[in-house]
Amino acid sequence: MSQVIDDDPRIIEFDVRTDEMLVNMGPQHPSTHGVLRLVLRTDGEVVSEIEPHIGYLHRCAEKIGENISARQFIPYTDRMDYLAAMNMNLGWSLAVEKLMRHQVTEKARHLRVLISELSRIASHLVGMGAYGLDLGTFSPFLYAFREREKILDLFEEACGARLTYSYITVGGLTADLPPGWLARCEDFLNQFEPVIREYHTLLTTNAIFVKRTASIGVLSPELAINYGCSGPVLRGSGVDQDMRRDGESIYTAMYDGYAFEVAVMKDGHYPRDHVYPAVPHDAVLGDCWHRFFVRMLEVVQSMDLVRQAIDRYSACKGPLGEPVKVAEKIPVGDVYLETECPKGQMGFYLVGNGTAIPWRVRARSSSFSNLSVLAELCHGCLIADVPAIVGSLDIVMGEIDR
Amino acid sequence: MRGPAFLESLEAAVPGGVVGTNLEAIDPWVEVAPQAIAEVSRWLHDAPETAFDSLQCITAVDWFEPDPKKAAKAGWEPHVELVYHLWSTRARVSLVLKTKLPRWKDGQPGQCPEIPSVVGVWRTADWHEREVFDLSGVQFVGHPDLRRILCPEDWEGYPLRKDYEMPLEYHGIRGR
Amino acid sequence: MAEYLIQTVGLPEWLTWSLMAVLSAVLILNLMAGGALVFIWAERKVSARIQDRLGPTRTGGSFGWLQSLADGIKLLAKEDLMPEGADGMLFRVAPYVSFCASFAAFIGLPFAFDMVGLRLNVGVFYVVAVLGLEVFGVILAGYASASKWSLFGAMREAAQVVSYEVPLGMCIVVPVMLAGTMDLVTIGEKQAGWFTNWYLFHDPFTFVVFWVYVTCAVASVNRAPFDLAEAESELVAGFHTEYSGLRWSFFFMAEYSSMFLVSGLAAVLFLGGWNGPVPLATLAGLSEGTGETTGALVRLLGLANLLGKATLGVLIMMWIRWTLPRLRIDQVMTTCLKYCTPIAAAMFAGAMVWLWVFPGGVLNLDDGSRRPGEIREGWLEGPGGRAPAAATAPASIPAEEAVAEVAG
Repeated sequence: MSQVIDDDPRIIEFDVRTDEMLVNMGPQHPSTHGVLRLVLRTDGEVVSEIEPHIGYLHRCAEKIGENISARQFIPYTDRMDYLAAMNMNLGWSLAVEKLMRHQVTEKARHLRVLISELSRIASHLVGMGAYGLDLGTFSPFLYAFREREKILDLFEEACGARLTYSYITVGGLTADLPPGWLARCEDFLNQFEPVIREYHTLLTTNAIFVKRTASIGVLSPELAINYGCSGPVLRGSGVDQDMRRDGESIYTAMYDGYAFEVAVMKDGHYPRDHVYPAVPHDAVLGDCWHRFFVRMLEVVQSMDLVRQAIDRYSACKGPLGEPVKVAEKIPVGDVYLETECPKGQMGFYLVGNGTAIPWRVRARSSSFSNLSVLAELCHGCLIADVPAIVGSLDIVMGEIDR
Repeated sequence: MRGPAFLESLEAAVPGGVVGTNLEAIDPWVEVAPQAIAEVSRWLHDAPETAFDSLQCITAVDWFEPDPKKAAKAGWEPHVELVYHLWSTRARVSLVLKTKLPRWKDGQPGQCPEIPSVVGVWRTADWHEREVFDLSGVQFVGHPDLRRILCPEDWEGYPLRKDYEMPLEYHGIRGR
Repeated sequence: MAEYLIQTVGLPEWLTWSLMAVLSAVLILNLMAGGALVFIWAERKVSARIQDRLGPTRTGGSFGWLQSLADGIKLLAKEDLMPEGADGMLFRVAPYVSFCASFAAFIGLPFAFDMVGLRLNVGVFYVVAVLGLEVFGVILAGYASASKWSLFGAMREAAQVVSYEVPLGMCIVVPVMLAGTMDLVTIGEKQAGWFTNWYLFHDPFTFVVFWVYVTCAVASVNRAPFDLAEAESELVAGFHTEYSGLRWSFFFMAEYSSMFLVSGLAAVLFLGGWNGPVPLATLAGLSEGTGETTGALVRLLGLANLLGKATLGVLIMMWIRWTLPRLRIDQVMTTCLKYCTPIAAAMFAGAMVWLWVFPGGVLNLDDGSRRPGEIREGWLEGPGGRAPAAATAPASIPAEEAVAEVAG
């Protein structure tokens, strides 16, 4: 038909004919958070289709796990979500402990809470700062990194590393805290608390920020569940689920006695919404703004948990307990355990066959599932919305590609 | 509705679907016949009380021992096991489905075993099945777009098989 | 100076005028290049301070004041790359088009009383028109780069800058209407006296128009939050994605000098130009016309005033850039078409009515014995004064005529 029109000189087209364009965003692009490659089919500025391509950071972690002992696998978990390596360590340790039916000491339990919640703050700070960067403002990124550096300093003091800690390990932790650490941690919390308000004025309530994020990339709760989304992405859609409260007993036991409220909107209200900025009127539950805001609330929630953990940890007398031996045999059987990591629910599946080396290791990554929903979210958005949506999912490629 | 009662209603809904169970394991599991996996999944997803509306993970475990001496003592026949971890966001319970497949279709190495896809039930299965196909070599029948996801498209072999050998050379890059 | 060379030294007239033109060009070029160096350094320091960093500290001793020069040398030494599929000629020409447009616009901008490259009776028109040419360089760069990201950047730039010319023009027309002339020197001169004579404080409408002008000016020179054309988080680097080395630095220089230019224009149109908030020279009984030495001093004071105001404008643009996120392209267009343009139009109408009701403004603190700029106007018209026709118009041009002139 179009051929006929092209050839017929009597028919004049008054409209400008446009073509669709395929644009390659990434793997070297400033705002694809690492080596994510997105192929966009665009009509002008409007994206009609988006296809994520992953695998550029695939390092065969699962295959490696089949060749080394469970404790030796800990450093490889560091490199999955390298922005929250402590939580990755914890997830794997708990999964192995679940299979070994190993119980850590009370002191180790509280220290694990303390460390993993601090790590959550650090991860959310990067998520927040990088999100600002995605929307074109550079300063919040550095404000966030300024505070994150202080957390990293604390971690460095505790375990000697700043990024890949391997601190939490199977059967406990590699070392106890150095003297004076708790006081410095409390200093940090006290100093950090007022800073959060700055972040809210700079981003959360900023008119341009709201314009760029409200009603953008709306993810319905049904779709979020169907796509296996988890963490702030799921809670941003209003699904009340947090593995720290709803997960398996071995994980929830860690948080026994801790008081915290899941950061999710219930009946139109977020927990403590009298303290924090009101939801802008053009924000829709499940959009980028809500995903971002849930992360901001979780920072405060984690601060609370850290404070509680400090109290409990310092009340614990006695030794921290030794981690299991490197060549400890793993019983026959298989376990699966999901923990609530900053990015979402990180699952580890482990099959033991009676030797020290696992028969099969499987890492179910939260960012993997969270990213798979991207094609749904970006349908019909503008090019400028693509970084906004990708950023609001807060993905880490190390975890997706493993 | 837990444990045996739940299993009975599942049996009634999908006759012949459940092949075996192990309720004593750390994570109790239900073994499902491979052909019935889509049907069972659909029923579990729509089950009124404990709707398993979320698929957490699909794992393929390759039960194969390359060393013949060890294989004789292993106590199992070589096979590929698919493990589905389900989660109900409403009831907050999990469920493990397992299903056994032959290592190769019709015993011919290189021919991937087939199983119905569950993409129609959980959209997240799309990428998870692609990953299993990519790394463990299981063909999901009915998957809309079954391609490699982590490895390059022209990669050969299925790396998570126990008898996998790294290619000697890939586009001029030494493999081993 | 030209007269001196002709009459005393005895050079032929054509040579003298050519020499003078070259001298002006070199001065402006140096101002642009030097200004860009200073502003790039300032941008680094300002952004660093805003972001809790130090910025450059070592190059050139303390404060890293030689950092921009070091950067420039690095850029000179960089490999000059051009994509294979690029349109070679256009790709090479594009940065110079941008740079030249920005440079040419400086010719019409007065830096102090009568200190201007070329005094034009349509100075405002000339500056805005030539500055608008900068967009061609950007579009050429985006088109010729053979990169999809560059093309996106160029299309955004085309849409954005062309749209923002409309409200920008309307904002600029308001001071032109108040002054009754398009000559930038006269417009500046009419705001002599106390700061209440500035057109910013002339009436409520001009006050609003000034802020609309600021918005549009930021948008038309592509600074955040309107830097859609280079949007590094979306379009990699937008129109200059494929540029490197010296060519890239020409875009950079053009950007900074345009920033300075629109700030300078704002200073002349709304903020009294070279007239300080307090008329120090007038209070001391001095003016450009009172003698060789004092006249030069007064002009230097005016120069400092204008440069200070323009620099302040640039610093404010930096402050905005490092604070706000970027708007989306449709939001940028909405801001222009739904807010800036109607507001500018309404304010223009308002200012027109105001001028008819209160000719001369209400905030004028002068006792009325001398109209602002009268002494210098007289000097202009006097013997030896080199005044173009437009500048000889009397300062107290009746409002109705002014409106008619603009409307006509």
